[in-house]
Order: sequence, then structure tokens, then C-alpha cells
Amino acid sequence: MCLGVPGRIEEISENDDPLFVTGKVNFGGVLREVILAGIKDAKIGDWVIVHAGFALNKLNEEEASEVFDYLRQISEFGRIELEEADGISGCAEEVEID
Amino acid sequence: MKYVSEYRDKESALKYTGLIKKLVTREWSIMEVCGGQTHTIVKYGIDQLLPDSVTLIHGPGCPVCVTPIELIDQAISIAGLENVILCSFGDMLRVPGSCSDLLGVKASGGDVRMVYSPIDAIAIAAGNPEKEIVFFAVGFETTAPVTAAAVLQAEHLGLDNFSMLVSHVLVPPAIEVVLSGEDCAIQGFLAAGHVCTVMGYTEYEPIAEKYGVPIVVTGFEPLDILEGIHMCLKQLEEGRTDVENQYLRSVSREGNRTAIEIMRRVFEITDRKWRGIGRIPGSGLRLRERFARFDAGKKYEVSSHEVDEPEICISGEVLRGNKKPLECAAFGNVCTPEHPLGAPMVSAEGACAAYYRYRLARGK
Ligand code: SF4
Repeated sequence: MCLGVPGRIEEISENDDPLFVTGKVNFGGVLREVILAGIKDAKIGDWVIVHAGFALNKLNEEEASEVFDYLRQISEFGRIELEEADGISGCAEEVEID
Repeated sequence: MKYVSEYRDKESALKYTGLIKKLVTREWSIMEVCGGQTHTIVKYGIDQLLPDSVTLIHGPGCPVCVTPIELIDQAISIAGLENVILCSFGDMLRVPGSCSDLLGVKASGGDVRMVYSPIDAIAIAAGNPEKEIVFFAVGFETTAPVTAAAVLQAEHLGLDNFSMLVSHVLVPPAIEVVLSGEDCAIQGFLAAGHVCTVMGYTEYEPIAEKYGVPIVVTGFEPLDILEGIHMCLKQLEEGRTDVENQYLRSVSREGNRTAIEIMRRVFEITDRKWRGIGRIPGSGLRLRERFARFDAGKKYEVSSHEVDEPEICISGEVLRGNKKPLECAAFGNVCTPEHPLGAPMVSAEGACAAYYRYRLARGK
């Protein structure tokens, strides 16, 4: 229900009332019509997170690598053991969107 | 796919689990509030990668699961009326009411349609002026803005054949109910990233302070969840109880004010009964008086009365995090996704469905 899928704005429709502005958003090659009423100053090329046809927010590209920065930061405090390498199931394999 | 595949990187995930093992010195229990996160955790076996001393408790964050059975019965009655097209999200159509579900109405000739967005229901209303279109609206704060946008569109288009049965719920009051439970074992929370994308996280600050629990706003991909768990455990080990934000690429402290404004324009806060949990004050949204003509509850006077759940179903305990699906005697035998006894076995965010789909299948 709370699924949000990232996509890139490709087209923005003109509408005098900001409440009814929509746009075409590209989700890995699939274009969908999305309501952009919740996005202030939406621009073509912006990445947004979309839920049930409504863009919830712009994604912040600068913060996007923050998971990896945090990992790098905390890893500096010592080497990590990787002996449990058989545990994680499918993290690398399952990259499809479901 | 950008913003998705990189957050499923196996090597980084293993590094995180290694770091978590190094970090923890005692037993901790953390609740992930959102059912979407529960599914990621069970699907990727994240709970099984963590040290035994860290327990993940699954929370009530499944809107389909907590929609009261009386409202489902009401939707079923409305769907059975002549000339009505009832629309809702896919999962909602399969949730058992007291004696049937919405797909059952469809099978016996009712016009029940699955939609991807409430906006699709608006299009159906515009295209079928001779029919009455009713949208069964469920969801958390994530979904409320698009539901509100649908109402505003209906008003703008002057549609008088569109209405909705609203069962929207809000997360923070439910967290408080869980935390005030008598023997609440939860020491930290992962808050739901998409709810906070809309709402921000200022509402969680007084909760963290009042109950002395760290809360980490967390995303949905495996690495997001591992980072969220690490941040939460770090706070616990250091004795801090702050609200922190893991999901920086999507969430800001204030949330998306434009989306909040759309939602507030249409909805006001009300008390709401949660299936399996009970009435929670201030935990629901209802249409404001100005939009009363779009309220299907008022338009169709269908009665509904209190009903009991099947006795064997422990979904209330599962939703409050007191029990895991595997502790239910009906799990996987009497209760399956094909023949669900309770809502958590239906929904894509229900804990029972997650265990059935990913754990039974793997024989774990
Ligand atoms: S397994 Fe089925 S019967 Fe048991 S708690 Fe879950 S939904 Fe209810």
C-alpha cells in the first residue's frame, strides 16, 4: 500500500491550477501519467517518488548515496567479518521491481 | 534501475550485518512499523542475518489489515446495490468481511473493479455518468494526498455520481497504542519512510521523548533497512532516544507541505477503529463537511453491526507485534493466501502473507 516507486519526469502538462498539473514519468522505460500537484516547481528531469499515481516528493540526488557514505564511515572503525556470506538470500539477484 | 538496484547490493548488505554484529552487546527488540518493510525483511531474510540478540517485531503498518470488518461489510453491501461500480485497490477486494469478500460480490454479478489509483475511479465516473461510482479508500498518510486529489478532481469536474467510503488511518497514534501496551517489549522503532515523505517526522519527536525510544525514519530497500537497524541499535547502545532520518533522499523533517495541504483541505482527523486493535482516538481521516456529498457512508444508508473475528485468527496479536504469524495455529493450513481467515494473510503488506510467501516457500 505504501509502495513508492522512483521515476524521472519527462513531460509536464500545462494547467492554470497547480492542483491539476500532471506529467509523464519514466519508470525504467515505462511511461505513466502522474499527478504532480504535490511537487512544487516540478521540472523535467526531476526524480520523484510515486505512489498510486501521485508524486509524493522530489528525490534528493545529493542524499542518494548516503547509505554508502554511512557504511564507509562506520566501516572505518575496523575490518568487518564476512563469514556469514551464505546468509543473504537474493539481494544481488532480485533487482526487479515488484 | 536507478534508486532501486544499488540499494540491493549484496556486498554492502553483508558489510552492514557484520557491523551490526560488532555493535551489539545485549538483547534488543526493534519494531518496523510498516508492512512494506516487513515484506523486504522477510523476503531478503534480513531478520535471519542479524545476530540472535536482535529481534525484529512486525508492526501494524498494513492499512488493508486494519480496515475494520464493519466497513468491509458496508463496502460489500454497497457493491451489491444495483447501478453501483465499486472500485478499490487489489488487496482490498480479497479481504474477508464477516461472510464474504468483494470478489465474492463480483463473482455473483456485482461490478467490482480493481484500480491502481483513486484517480482511475474518477475516470470511470466521468465515463459512466449513468452509474454510481464508489471508491473504497484505505491507506496511511502516504495515500491520503492522492485520495484527497481525487475528491478535488471530482469537485472540479462536477461529478455527482462519485463518492468514497473512507477508511484512512494515521500512523503516530497507533505507535502510541503499541508503546502503551502493558508488556510492551519494543525498545526502538523504524518509522515508515513513505508516510514520513509526506508528513515529515516532527510528530515522532514527542513520542520518542515521552516513551524513551529511538525512532529512525527508514526506507524500503534492503540496504535502507539495514542502515536503519544499525542507526537504531547504535542509539540503543549509546542510550540515546532521538528521532533520526535514514531515508534522506526522500524525507525531510517538515515533510512535503504541498501534499499535506492538499490532504488537509479535504480531510479532518477523526477517531477510527482498527481491525484487531480497537478504537484509537484521532487515528483516522474523514471527509470535511464541505465534501459531504462525496461521502458514500452518508449517501448509502447501509447498516453495519459489530462482528467478531474467527476465533482462531490471532491477527490482533500479530498486528500489535505480540505474536509472529508462525505462532498462529491456522497459519499455512486452514489459513492461506487462497483462503485467508484474516486480513494479514491477504495484503501485500500483511505479516502472515509475507511469512507464507517467503518463509514457507523456502522451508524455513
Ligand atoms: S495466519 Fe491467518 S488466521 Fe493466523 S493470524 Fe494470520 S491471518 Fe489470522
